[in-house]
Amino acid sequence: MIILKHELKQNKGAFIIWTAAIGFFILACIFLYPEMKNEMDEATKVFASMGTFSSAFGMDKLNFGTLIGFYAVECGNILGIGGAFFAAISGVTALMKEEKERTAEFLFTHPVSRKKVITEKLISVFIMIVLMNIIILCLAVLSMAAIGEKIIWTEILLYHFAQLMMQLEIGGICFGISAYISSSGIGIGIGITAAFYFLNLIANISDKADFLKYITPYGYTDGSDIINDKSINVMYLLIGMVFMVVGIVIAYVKYTKKDLKA
Amino acid sequence: MKAITTNNLKKKYGDIIGIENLNLSVDEGDFFGFIGPNGAGKSTTIRTLLGLIAPTSGEASIFDMDIVGDHDKILDSIGYLPSEINFYNKMTVKEVIKLSVDMRKKDCSKKAEELCERLNLDTSKKVDALSLGNRKKVGIICAIQHQPKLLILDEPTSGLDPLMQKEFFKILSEENSNGSTVFLSSHILSEVQSYCHTAAFIKDGRIIVSDKVEKLEETGAKKITFSGTFDTTTLKGVSDLQQNEGTTSFLYTGDIKKLLRLMSESEIKDLTITEPTLEEIFMNYYEA
Repeated sequence: MIILKHELKQNKGAFIIWTAAIGFFILACIFLYPEMKNEMDEATKVFASMGTFSSAFGMDKLNFGTLIGFYAVECGNILGIGGAFFAAISGVTALMKEEKERTAEFLFTHPVSRKKVITEKLISVFIMIVLMNIIILCLAVLSMAAIGEKIIWTEILLYHFAQLMMQLEIGGICFGISAYISSSGIGIGIGITAAFYFLNLIANISDKADFLKYITPYGYTDGSDIINDKSINVMYLLIGMVFMVVGIVIAYVKYTKKDLKA
Repeated sequence: MKAITTNNLKKKYGDIIGIENLNLSVDEGDFFGFIGPNGAGKSTTIRTLLGLIAPTSGEASIFDMDIVGDHDKILDSIGYLPSEINFYNKMTVKEVIKLSVDMRKKDCSKKAEELCERLNLDTSKKVDALSLGNRKKVGIICAIQHQPKLLILDEPTSGLDPLMQKEFFKILSEENSNGSTVFLSSHILSEVQSYCHTAAFIKDGRIIVSDKVEKLEETGAKKITFSGTFDTTTLKGVSDLQQNEGTTSFLYTGDIKKLLRLMSESEIKDLTITEPTLEEIFMNYYEA
């Protein structure tokens, strides 16, 4: 538990900044909604006629006149990108930073096994992701109530659950990468997340690229699908979880045997 | 029991050899100096023993425990000071020292306090604001506070001022007389000569000699220093020949009578014959 406590303490600053930033933008979006609501009927028609541009973001299928429709697209992008970046950065730096900051010699010459360090670091990444999602969900629900909108629990909870799973998947994959690198991992983490995001845009635009949804975790977090179907695509989600587990297993296999840089 | 034994220990980094067939033996309770120039393999040996890197072949044990199989157990009885030590930013000295004992599941606050006082270290400062020497002191405390059975120190005195170096060796000597085995790597021979009981020279990843310091000092070689003209080319057993402002010096392992006879026939103004320092012996090994 010492490593876990230490990790959480070390990451406290970054966690607060990311949570505050994402939370703030989501709050701002929701509080803007009442003003935009009246113009949204028009906007929905416009978006519906914009063809592939709208379909890329799932805007052709959602009704902007409803809060949930608006929330799924606007807030979906904020949490979907911001949260995923945070998960990627947390995962990819978790193991790598010991070598980069040259603290590996200090940490790994204490009687704590590498396996234990890996486990506690992984738990720390997951705790931060879960905690951030709980905070954001509370903020979102409270602010929806504050603007006097009815809260559609099923859709909101499903949507946030999908977001959480996506972040855990990205965190797990990046954790695996973290075991291989010993410097400059943040770029890789953000790059992978951005690539996943664009793969989903492509899949949304063209039916021929639909298979990409099996690869990118944005396949199962797409707000328009979740809100319209009132369910998450279980196949996409399961495949995503397999990717996450593979990432974690790779981290253990690689890092327990890794020659650590001085 | 041996504190450290290595048997044909080898570490390769790709094609580059770090250490090759290294055979080292350190007795329990010894004060051992591990000497070699930069890049000779000192740190590679230490990092392999500590399990930071895996050996390519060969084996090694610490207190009869295998460095690969019993890695976690071994670390319980070791205190280690890296040559370049870094800590987690944003932490204070106190927090780092606490983290170190927490990971050992021990309480050594009294010993830590005593060491901080002796080394004159302010524990309320942030570690990232510390100078190299003060960071080293934090590392020394983390290595020593739990009074390990084996202390492994990689170039421990770099960055410490002479007064602190003296205090540091005093602490080490005390730990050693309390039963701790001390294993330190260095390229400063005078400190090895004054404090270590045993020393080993490492060159290109191999141990070239390992013996008691007194034995190494009595290699039979004498250091000859003279002024005047004397031709050494006809003599056997001459090494480390140096000329400096009219005086010439060399290490001599040959027949002393022959040397004196030849010298008496030459134009010699001054002559001294002394025991060579460890440094000179060491240079002799490296150039050989």
